[in-house]
Amino acid sequence: MHFHETAIQLEIRDLAHKFAQKELAPVIEEDEKVERFRPELIQSLGTLGLAGIPVPEEFGGAGLGYSEYVVAIEEIAAVSTAYAISVAVTGLPQVCINLFGNEAQKKKYIPALAKGEAIGAFSLSEAGAGSDAANLRCSARREGDHYIITGTKHWTTQGDSAETIILMARTGGKGPKGISAFIVEKGTPGFQLGKREKKMGCNASHTMELIFNQMKVPAANLLGAEGDGFRIAMTALDSGRITIAAAAIGIAQASLNAATRHAKQREQFGKVIGEFQGVSFMLADMATHLAAARLLVQRAAWLKDHGHPFSTEAAMAKLFATDMAMKTATDAVQILGGSGYTQDFPVERYMREAKVMQIVEGTNQVQRMVIGRSLTK
Amino acid sequence: MWFFSDEHRMLQDTVRQFAKSDLAPKIEKLDHEEGFNRESFYKMGELGLLGIIVPEEDGGTGLDAVAATIAMEEMGAVDASTTLSYLAHTILCVNQIAKNGSAEQKKKYLPKLISGEHIGGMGMSEPDAGSDALGMKTKAVRAGDQFVLNGSKTWITNGPIGDTFYVYAKTGEAKRDVSTFIVERGMTGFSTGKKFSKMGMRASPTGELVFADCRVPAANRVGDEGSSVRMMMRNLDIERITISGISLGCARASIEVATQYAKERKQFGKPIGAFQQIQERLTEAAAWYEACRALTYSAAKMWDEGLMVGKEASMMAAKAKLQSAQMATQVALDAIQILGGYGYTREFPVERYMRDAKLMEIGAGTNEILRVIIARQMLGEAADA
Repeated sequence: MHFHETAIQLEIRDLAHKFAQKELAPVIEEDEKVERFRPELIQSLGTLGLAGIPVPEEFGGAGLGYSEYVVAIEEIAAVSTAYAISVAVTGLPQVCINLFGNEAQKKKYIPALAKGEAIGAFSLSEAGAGSDAANLRCSARREGDHYIITGTKHWTTQGDSAETIILMARTGGKGPKGISAFIVEKGTPGFQLGKREKKMGCNASHTMELIFNQMKVPAANLLGAEGDGFRIAMTALDSGRITIAAAAIGIAQASLNAATRHAKQREQFGKVIGEFQGVSFMLADMATHLAAARLLVQRAAWLKDHGHPFSTEAAMAKLFATDMAMKTATDAVQILGGSGYTQDFPVERYMREAKVMQIVEGTNQVQRMVIGRSLTK
Repeated sequence: MWFFSDEHRMLQDTVRQFAKSDLAPKIEKLDHEEGFNRESFYKMGELGLLGIIVPEEDGGTGLDAVAATIAMEEMGAVDASTTLSYLAHTILCVNQIAKNGSAEQKKKYLPKLISGEHIGGMGMSEPDAGSDALGMKTKAVRAGDQFVLNGSKTWITNGPIGDTFYVYAKTGEAKRDVSTFIVERGMTGFSTGKKFSKMGMRASPTGELVFADCRVPAANRVGDEGSSVRMMMRNLDIERITISGISLGCARASIEVATQYAKERKQFGKPIGAFQQIQERLTEAAAWYEACRALTYSAAKMWDEGLMVGKEASMMAAKAKLQSAQMATQVALDAIQILGGYGYTREFPVERYMRDAKLMEIGAGTNEILRVIIARQMLGEAADA
């Protein structure tokens, strides 16, 4: 077991940290208020080699593991959860196509995504299919050289900016086995953007409704075989859990840093408030749970990188890290008191952002289902 | 509550109706745009809510702490922002003038505050004096028949739009040399500084009060010079009880929305309320809410029965706030969780309930300072050894 980061991980941390400070920090507060997403920032990340970290070098990725991926995501999340999610999501089509695509599909789609020149999205959820993803109704009917796809998807992160979308639709009967996965390109006739969600936080990331009206997708864009779609989606989400957990670590670390800084500076009753046990014990609990969460994330990433089963460990990491981040951000607001409640300080934003992490990519209730089943089956 | 009188129940109905007709239609937009429901104060004036615990002989409605808390809960369940502004107006300004003001001061200021023509606020906190309220530095120096005030107050509810402020300032060097002044917008040297953008309570305007050689008539000093600390602390009981009412409102609304959703939303072929994880969140929320409700209204009843005297009894108010505020934040967070993705959007009110609820853990005495206060009562000298 290693508790120190490797040279490559330190380098990635440094790169991502500098990017976040230089490119994200100056714009994010205002962007959040006006709900602006900047695709060019994903391009910048691509230039730094950070948009396709886990994907093979032959396709333009960094060819590294999730142990390195989580470091980059954590550093970005410490400044903006919206962009951490964006990076994690743009990785999903890359991962799906790399694992399940044929050579032609890999060569056609992965390089632009890995370089940040194209943005990726992942479209699974629907109005009637949230936690119950297998209940999706979007249909895909084969007609000659195409599939005709009709339906409406919800909660598609960057569905408006994405050039490449992995879409799950029903080609067969009910349940998971009737679902197939497709690679959909922006601008395909029949593809419409629906509404953009107005959210409590993470508004610099656009959460879109996508509407497909007899959209014609080439049969060559079927990913894997018909009926593979649910498995592909679940495989993607397994890895996605690790990245979301990493983002939670980033939010929590930023929250802890802000709270600690304040506790060392703010004076009341003639001393810095960090000298009061009420405050220092809160910080102690925050730091301890953060350290534990970090180890869970590192463990899940290590297992995946070394080819071991990691699904349960990834679920544990996601569950624990996101619950921890919610509490840490909330406690950071508390420690900053009245100031923490205002938008003069970033902690209230961390608190609003942390909440979504307990919901996306499998609610924490679903994570418990996964873990519970692994124990009792 | 089982001990509500008929009058209490009538008031509850009235306020519930008012909240539905005057507050509900506007709050979403006001919250998003950081506006303020000014018109509602005129209506509250008509309904007798603005002088709710002011004696009838002073022009008030002459009701009790239970009534005030009921009003806070009913309004808080719909629009916590306006309720917070209402609390600052009614409990922190109007009630203080009614209790501590001279006959002239009451005659001069109460009528317009009670009708809603004027909006009131209270100025205690400063940039360097939050939990350490007695660390305040705003000074008031006597100059003939005036006092000259210098300093600034921050996090003042209704600061940006208020007309009449009940302001605490130092009239001596010792910690407890605090006096109170009624300051009117328009007095020389008084201005309102920046308005804060906040996570929640966004339709309750919060800002700074700035005193730069502000001239206040000596007749506007409330009570004797240097006598304000006791008056300040005494008002904290009723402030903490009533603000707990707002927490109860946020929590109740959260539970209602989450329960309805759990009945209607189907996944895996059944309403999500059939799943025990959802049941656990809802039932824990409901039980904790009941406990806080009982504690809060019990504290209100003690205040009304004259049992809320001395530090022993006023611990109840601190305990009620400490629990209710934490409960409301957790319940609102869990309500968002139960609503899943939808709970995170602004289409549903639960994310606003959470943003609003968090304030109560901080304003009117943070959780932490309440723990200190309760600890001192329980442990005596040992607490500060």
